[in-house]
Amino acid sequence: MSALIQLKNVKKTYKRGKESITIFDGLNLTIEQGDFVAIMGPSGSGKTTLLNLLGGTDRSDSGEINFDGERIDGYNEGQLAAWRARSVGFIFQFYNLMPVLNAAQNVELPLMLTKLPASKRRANVETALKIVGLWDRAKHKPKELSGGQQQRVAIARAIVSDPKFLLCDEPTGDLDRTTANDILGTLQQLNQELGKTIVMVTHDPEAARFAKRTLHLDKGVFAEVTA
Amino acid sequence: MTDLDLVWKNLFRKPLRTILLTVSIFMAFLIFGILTSLNVALDRGSESGSASNRLVVSNKINFTQSMPYAYINRVAAVPGVTAVTYQNWFGAYYQDQRTSRFVGFAVDPETYMAIFRDDARLTDAERQAFLSERTGVIVGKSLADRYGWKVGQTIPISSNIYSQANGRRSWDMKISGIFTGAKPTDPTTAIYFHYDYMNETITFGRDQVGTITVVTASPDQNDQVAKAIDANFANSPAETSTVDEKTFSRAFLKQAGDLNFIVTMVVSAAFAAILMIVSTTLVSAMRERTKEIGVMKTLGFSSPRVLRMVLGEAVLLSSLGAVLGLGTSAFILKGLSKSPVGASFGDLSMSPVVALSGLALAVSLGLVTGAVPALSALRMSIIEALNRG
Repeated sequence: MSALIQLKNVKKTYKRGKESITIFDGLNLTIEQGDFVAIMGPSGSGKTTLLNLLGGTDRSDSGEINFDGERIDGYNEGQLAAWRARSVGFIFQFYNLMPVLNAAQNVELPLMLTKLPASKRRANVETALKIVGLWDRAKHKPKELSGGQQQRVAIARAIVSDPKFLLCDEPTGDLDRTTANDILGTLQQLNQELGKTIVMVTHDPEAARFAKRTLHLDKGVFAEVTA
Repeated sequence: MTDLDLVWKNLFRKPLRTILLTVSIFMAFLIFGILTSLNVALDRGSESGSASNRLVVSNKINFTQSMPYAYINRVAAVPGVTAVTYQNWFGAYYQDQRTSRFVGFAVDPETYMAIFRDDARLTDAERQAFLSERTGVIVGKSLADRYGWKVGQTIPISSNIYSQANGRRSWDMKISGIFTGAKPTDPTTAIYFHYDYMNETITFGRDQVGTITVVTASPDQNDQVAKAIDANFANSPAETSTVDEKTFSRAFLKQAGDLNFIVTMVVSAAFAAILMIVSTTLVSAMRERTKEIGVMKTLGFSSPRVLRMVLGEAVLLSSLGAVLGLGTSAFILKGLSKSPVGASFGDLSMSPVVALSGLALAVSLGLVTGAVPALSALRMSIIEALNRG
């Protein structure tokens, strides 16, 4: 396996008023192609900051962030937006679907950033919704779907443009156990059958069991690695 | 799905809010469409039939005051004057003073037709009939159409100023001809009849004229001729004021106030109110969608594209209101043109210039009202948006 993501000596500090808070002071991390990594840790450990750096929605102060041989830490905002559109699928805790769009239109959103013709887009949307088992709900608005179904639509949206990398921020945090396991099973399937590399932040040890390995983050340092 | 689809769906996210905003914008553009078109029609009316080498002499007090008939020859004798004619405002109406008033002038047919031949177009036979029939009257086509008048018909034309020695307030006049304007848009809602017919029968104001129209040798001589005429009657009981025809027409129209100013003020007030309402509502609507904007940016929508979408939504909203407002005002103006009052304005239809100005105004309104939420969406960081929403 080759490295898909590499963080080298990454430093990140936040300003809160006059106070400067160091989140990472030389963080190193390698994630292989096809890996499924769960990141756990207490509040304030830096999980969300790490997720933001991995997804290109925040910038490090120094250090290198490489993605599939591409160094992204020096990209400007426009380059990062284009990189996110082609390389990363995002899955949020509260689904974050557009209420004015139906399931199929929500899934189609990332394809608006491509030059695919309408027929190809429709085919991709259908495939993505079939993978998550919700093609029959394609015309339903988010408010007409259950939490689990909404998260499945969000997963379809994350995979529709076929990115290599999926970033999941507490994807089952708002769901009951049964539904959560169902969603985690889907993520596991995407990892095993479609080879998607997944990084998932979670507080839930049950959820972490679905990953291939778990990283424990504490005060900006990986304290323990569970294989 | 295109960006426009997304903008459209977002616009109608809360249909009631969008409908209320559209109605507000609609009202502003309805006012704009009607008032601006009326103003344009009045301007057009003041310019139609105006020639650059024609002056109008009127009483210096104001044009409702008359001047002695004897002035005509003295004006004609001023160097640089090549022709003169004169006219008296009659206060004309047909049958019902409340609903059927129109422009009516007693004129000297021969000199009037010599000067205004191209502005009041008649056939040779009609012109000849008008010159030879003492009770003859020529009527504008719009009026003839409105009342169903035909050439040769005798009609009673009343005055709200003059009366006859026999107590009657109406004069029987025989229609010698029906005139059209130089351009199809020129108003044809006036009548012209023989000054002598009126002058011989009225009980007061005899041998007085309202205005004298002067033709100069060339427009270059207008100032000089005007000064010479006014100097001629300085320190007399009826001093004169001589101005070019266009200026006179505008002054005539300003009797009701400075319409340009009134229209500008009313339209500006309407738009200022709409600007406040729409921008405040859009800012609040965008604040509700902060998280969604953050999600779109996370998915890879660039900040300029998000800005364009937010601006597009504001422009679409104002354009929607504008198209409905301008369309309705065009419809109302069309109806108004057919009414007796509206017809006196001449062509009231909305001109392409007014329609295009309205659409340009709609785009500007959209850009201004959308500027604050769009810039805020442009500058918003993803982390801030996702945390705040």
